[in-house]
Amino acid sequence: MATLTQPRQRPRQRPRAVRRRRTGTVLRTVLILALLAVVLYPLLWLVASALKPDTEVASNLSLVPHNPTLHNFVRGWTGMKTVSFGRFFLNSTVIAVGVVIANCASCVVTAYAFARLRFPLRGAWFAVMIGTLLLPHHVLIVPQFVLFKFLGWIDTPLPLIVPKALATEAFFIFLMVQFMRSIPRELDQAAKVDGCSPFGIFWYVVMPLARPAVVTTAIFSFIWTWNDFFSQLIYLNSPDHYTVPIGLRLFLGGEGQTELGPMFAMSVLSLLPVFLFFLAFQRLLVEGINTAGIKG
Amino acid sequence: MATTHATAGPLSDRVQPRIPARRKGSGATRRRESAAGYVFLTPWLIGFTAITAVPMLYSLYLSFTNWDLISNAGQYVGFRNYVRMFTIDPSFRRSVKITVEYALVATPLKLALALGVALLLVRARRGTGTARALFYLPSLLGGSVALALVWQSLFSRDGVVNHFLSWFGVHGKAWVNDPKYVLWTVVLLGAWQFGAPMVIFIAGLKQIPPELYEAASVDGAGAVRKFRSVTLPGLSPVIFFNLVLETIHSFQIFTSAYVIGGGQGGPVDATKVYTLNLYLEGFGQSHIGYASALAWVFLVAVGLVTVLFFGTGRFWVHYGDGSDR
Repeated sequence: MATLTQPRQRPRQRPRAVRRRRTGTVLRTVLILALLAVVLYPLLWLVASALKPDTEVASNLSLVPHNPTLHNFVRGWTGMKTVSFGRFFLNSTVIAVGVVIANCASCVVTAYAFARLRFPLRGAWFAVMIGTLLLPHHVLIVPQFVLFKFLGWIDTPLPLIVPKALATEAFFIFLMVQFMRSIPRELDQAAKVDGCSPFGIFWYVVMPLARPAVVTTAIFSFIWTWNDFFSQLIYLNSPDHYTVPIGLRLFLGGEGQTELGPMFAMSVLSLLPVFLFFLAFQRLLVEGINTAGIKG
Repeated sequence: MATTHATAGPLSDRVQPRIPARRKGSGATRRRESAAGYVFLTPWLIGFTAITAVPMLYSLYLSFTNWDLISNAGQYVGFRNYVRMFTIDPSFRRSVKITVEYALVATPLKLALALGVALLLVRARRGTGTARALFYLPSLLGGSVALALVWQSLFSRDGVVNHFLSWFGVHGKAWVNDPKYVLWTVVLLGAWQFGAPMVIFIAGLKQIPPELYEAASVDGAGAVRKFRSVTLPGLSPVIFFNLVLETIHSFQIFTSAYVIGGGQGGPVDATKVYTLNLYLEGFGQSHIGYASALAWVFLVAVGLVTVLFFGTGRFWVHYGDGSDR
């Protein structure tokens, strides 16, 4: 930052310094572009490979297919013997949408209590909530599995959705609490003077203003659930209930005879929803990270 | 956020009860607020009790049994699971070693990349917004099964990586099939997702007051000196935050190791990281008693690492002016 403002502050520039600065800028731009090329290469390679006929995937390493084809998509889509990828997409969508609704509803309610209401033990509960934020979820997966098995929920979407409706995603509660704290308290006071109950304040004052935090929660909930592998692997075990990541995993099974083309085609499709979210909400996503700091 | 304040402005000017209404609130209103508080907190309280606290205690109990998921039976065995883990189980020792290796390399590499690119992109210029977003993209996609499958192909014998290496006369191996190298492909997949910490670094860099750089320039400091004496100390809270977060995160690595290792932690258990070992033990072999013990050791280890970070943090993290947290 400082180096940028320097030239303007000095009354007269020596031409050599200017030239050096300019080459610095060019160098920087070249460096950024080179890094971008490396970082984005795997993604571009994936898309290119999905469009190449089988013979080309290994032989043609360029990013441009010689004979682009959609054949891989057709074959991948119907590829699984009994179940099509359409089914996996449907299952993934149902679970992701369920989680989005569950997370938004439960976290906004919890966050309102922590951010705005006074009640006994509030500080203690808040500390406990922050504690669960750091809790690795692998620790809970065994006993939770036993619990959901007892309830007969294995191989249904319920173990993946119901916990979210009970505000178990502490991260989003924290994000919303942070956001709600920035909403001026005077608004609450005003509503209270007008005879609003805590419920009225929640519904008419805080909820509408917290919308950006809710949207951020919705987007991240969707993306994380869509990409989630660990819990879906554990809870879903019949092909009819498989989600996209679990379906993709089936490509791992074949010994050497795995068809790369269809695998890449389905991989591209699996990333597409996340990519579209990225295109539509990139600014919000980057800001969401800054508000609370997020795992990748 | 800006919009919130904009809409708030005129309203808060109009209503100005300077004395907090709560103070003079009667017992009745306060009781009403407490009740409302618990009503709003109910879903979380149920979730915390039923989905987190009770299962945690239950898993502590399970860890002292040899419970088996298939027969759904088992008995109390005392500390036998823990003793077995630390004395005779080679899988446990191996998974700890692999996970620590992964965390020790992937975390610094990821953060170094994040900081380096953040430094290149702090200044707003034409295109930096787009560049930031594009560098961030792998963080959104990289945790997926799809990218792990891509990685497996990129680092296979006739994969693209070997093709590039052949330009430099290096004859590459089948990296993902070699127990010596496969973990490093997983490391690279982790480091590739440096976009999230990068975004946090950029925000942190913007918080460092420009006057500090100007003062350093007046004192004749060069670019390296400025980085060491101004940037690093000023950024230390953010570095600390990213370090804690990414380290804990890297201990929990699962998907990429699972997929690249072909679902079993192969070749020769070289990708059997801690969580994968736990998964195979608990859900592959149904030894949920032993898996619970593994989970508790994991929890304690992650807790200790966190405590260690916070303990040493005060020696190198500077919460100076400009970074009031």
